[in-house]
Amino acid sequence: MKLDAKIPDGPLAEKWDKHRFASKLVNPANKRKYHIIVVGSGLAGASAAATLAELGYNVQVFTIQDSPRRAHSIAAQGGINAAKNYQNDGDSVFRLFYDTIKGGDFRAREANVYRLAQLSNNIIDQCVAQGVPFAREYGGSLANRSFGGAQVSRTFYARGQTGQQLLLGAYSALMRQVHLGKVTIHARQEMMDLVVEAGKAKGIVTRDMRTGAIASHAAHAVVLATGGYGNVYFLSTNAMASNVTAAWRAHKKGAFFANPCFVQIHPTCIPVHGDYQSKLTLMSESLRNDGRVWVPKKAGDKRPPTQIPEAERDYYLETKYPGFGNLVPRDVASRNAKEVCDSSRGVGETGLAVYLDFAEAIKRDGTETILRKYGNLFQMYEKITDQDPVKQPMMIYPAVHYTMGGLWVDYNLMSTIPGLFVLGEANFSDHGANRLGASALMQGLADGYFILPNTIGAYLSGCAPGVPDRSARVFAETEKDAEALITRLLAVKGKRTTDDIHKELGKLLWDHCGMARDRSGLQKALARIPQMREEFWNNVLIPGTGQQLNQSLERAGRLADFLEFAELMVADALDRQESCGCHLREESQTEENEAKRDDEKYAYVAAWEYQGAGKTAVLHKESLTFEYVTPSQRSYK
Amino acid sequence: MQSKKIDINLKIWRQENPDAQGSFQEYSLTGISTAMSFLEMLDVLNEKLTLEGGEPVAFDHDCREGICGMCGAVVNGQPHGPEPGTTLCQLHMRHFKDGDHLVIEPFRARAFRIEKDLVVDRSSLDEIIQAGGYVSVNTGGAPDANTIPIPQQTAEQAMDAAACIGCGACVAACPNASAMLFVSAKVSQLALLPQGHPERKERALNMVGKMDELGFGNCSNERECEAACPKGISIRHIARLNREFIKAALFSE
Repeated sequence: MKLDAKIPDGPLAEKWDKHRFASKLVNPANKRKYHIIVVGSGLAGASAAATLAELGYNVQVFTIQDSPRRAHSIAAQGGINAAKNYQNDGDSVFRLFYDTIKGGDFRAREANVYRLAQLSNNIIDQCVAQGVPFAREYGGSLANRSFGGAQVSRTFYARGQTGQQLLLGAYSALMRQVHLGKVTIHARQEMMDLVVEAGKAKGIVTRDMRTGAIASHAAHAVVLATGGYGNVYFLSTNAMASNVTAAWRAHKKGAFFANPCFVQIHPTCIPVHGDYQSKLTLMSESLRNDGRVWVPKKAGDKRPPTQIPEAERDYYLETKYPGFGNLVPRDVASRNAKEVCDSSRGVGETGLAVYLDFAEAIKRDGTETILRKYGNLFQMYEKITDQDPVKQPMMIYPAVHYTMGGLWVDYNLMSTIPGLFVLGEANFSDHGANRLGASALMQGLADGYFILPNTIGAYLSGCAPGVPDRSARVFAETEKDAEALITRLLAVKGKRTTDDIHKELGKLLWDHCGMARDRSGLQKALARIPQMREEFWNNVLIPGTGQQLNQSLERAGRLADFLEFAELMVADALDRQESCGCHLREESQTEENEAKRDDEKYAYVAAWEYQGAGKTAVLHKESLTFEYVTPSQRSYK
Repeated sequence: MQSKKIDINLKIWRQENPDAQGSFQEYSLTGISTAMSFLEMLDVLNEKLTLEGGEPVAFDHDCREGICGMCGAVVNGQPHGPEPGTTLCQLHMRHFKDGDHLVIEPFRARAFRIEKDLVVDRSSLDEIIQAGGYVSVNTGGAPDANTIPIPQQTAEQAMDAAACIGCGACVAACPNASAMLFVSAKVSQLALLPQGHPERKERALNMVGKMDELGFGNCSNERECEAACPKGISIRHIARLNREFIKAALFSE
């Protein structure tokens, strides 16, 4: 199968307009005869579901939480980018496009990213109209802040809760459509499988998480907006329930998985404090504007930070990158933190942390000024660690934060299974090999509010209208498969808990498929994962039954998928023998030990096709060509 | 502060399903690190119960950073536990002493059905939002975002109200199991912002009407909701809701 991204012809700035005109539509009176399933209710899912319902389609929304408002988009702190140029500082659609594609290290499609930049402005207008309380200037106009990777101030925000406010905006639009009878919410339902008939997505099979009941749902199209797979590492900044299950099961039904090895590791998180740790908490990157990163010069130095004299401190980012200092990009900061800890110079109880010190900033600007800027972050840090960053340096360590990889989609956001659309973090997205800060919210809402509602019609216009039928044998068969999986999981009755095995998988991936990777480490992981999978299927212990609310069973089902997905992720990392975006490939470095991209060999999207259990997936390459930007090598020296 | 190890005695509400009779069960944990979060302590209990052949305690949780609103239980009589302005997931064991006894039970209210153990059904809060907690504007065609200036102070006040995470602690804390703080937060946000003005009368009437219909109680100014709210939502929003409601009831067409 040849991958066709369906990029429209014509000049970059006109592609989206021309495409909308060229696409077939469903006439307004016929829209009510079409049924769409949306799985996931975060920014992408909720905005898509609400907008499709406004257009007249019948929408069913499925969420694993008790309410659509819980989706993990809610935890995004920083903000959302848009090319409004309200600050008159030289921003434009083209500049946002350029920054995004460069930030992604030239591993995304020009046409998609340009469209994203164009739509960014509509998103802000829409959210304000919904009553999203963005931060304002004294004169009443919208305020902006600047963010990493950009030289303009284009980030809109609502305190440190931008994700929450945008999600509640989309959620309220969704609730309005529930009230109007156009959307039905199915809460506490987990998608177990995708139903594919004659090569097309026709519905899903779900498990009611309260009763265990397995059921089928049919539709003319299925939309997955189920988020990223960062929890494959066990510890990440993702919510506990974030998982790869829906995407992975769609992959096993024929949807290609693209760039699974592209994972963003965020440099400023609160360090791990013990084996019992369940998740990691992100501290906004803005802290690096005033904090200085350091570790002791001497390995194994266990003195408290205040007793280590200046001369014995290593401000390693400032020394190594005098140009950017503590403000180097996320991947560089993360990699260097790991490096100093690996050389036994890490600090804190575990030795897996570096200092982020505000002492100099406080001396320069005064405590009051620093608290005005970072008070809420200092408070959050103190709440978790019981330490006051005014009195002693913060401790930080990198953590898995966002996954750029996901199901492959074309320009219409349709996967390789006709009728299956994928939105938000779940698709392989417009962020290339690295996502810029404040761009995830932009992409989720662009996909949901503006792109899918304009592209799904072309597919639906080829489907027969009417109530979709779920009497086909394939529905009953898919239900049976789902039931068999649950029975098999419960039958193991081994000796290890799901979390115990998950932690082991997470550590393996963190060590060998994290920020810096090399062939031998990846090969080691690739050999180890099937053994862990076997251990899981022979030795996992899941209490309770399948006919009740059983959180252990839910987690085990998700881990079963992570254990399969992990292998593909590592295989993809092994294939990509270049340093790119978030990752350093040890074999691909410049003379100064910096990341070296290889455009000649690796300027492609790696899309993997499932071949069956235990078989190696087949790699399809969608080559990336750049007509409007010239790929350049990053340098922060 | 270095972390310590403490022993904890737990008394947890166990209930198999919505129709079953529930009861308190006692457990004890030793060597709990004071650096653990409260939910991590429950994780430790659940791993132990699982390995001993028992059934783990079901509890809702997701983001574990205090924003999704999924977690919540009543600890020694206080929703989300003893620390003010803190969700259960952000509560740490250092706030407890060695040998402490903790009674943990679900958020109780007529409108919140107990699904299992500490898990409750809060979809009634979604139903209240469906009754009018939105601006009726379709996607597309919104005017430029800077068309209507909004004073900074107004935007900040609206944001204070919009910070509600919908956890339901206010309902669990209220002797009348009223959802007034929750309703007032949304009504207040949209009454403050010009975008919410065209529908403000119907919104106040319909949301309060829905709250009553779903079996939530009324407000009798106990202020328990404000004390329990992990996001510090002020009862001043209830005062604004009352004004909105009275104005709407007196002057609606």
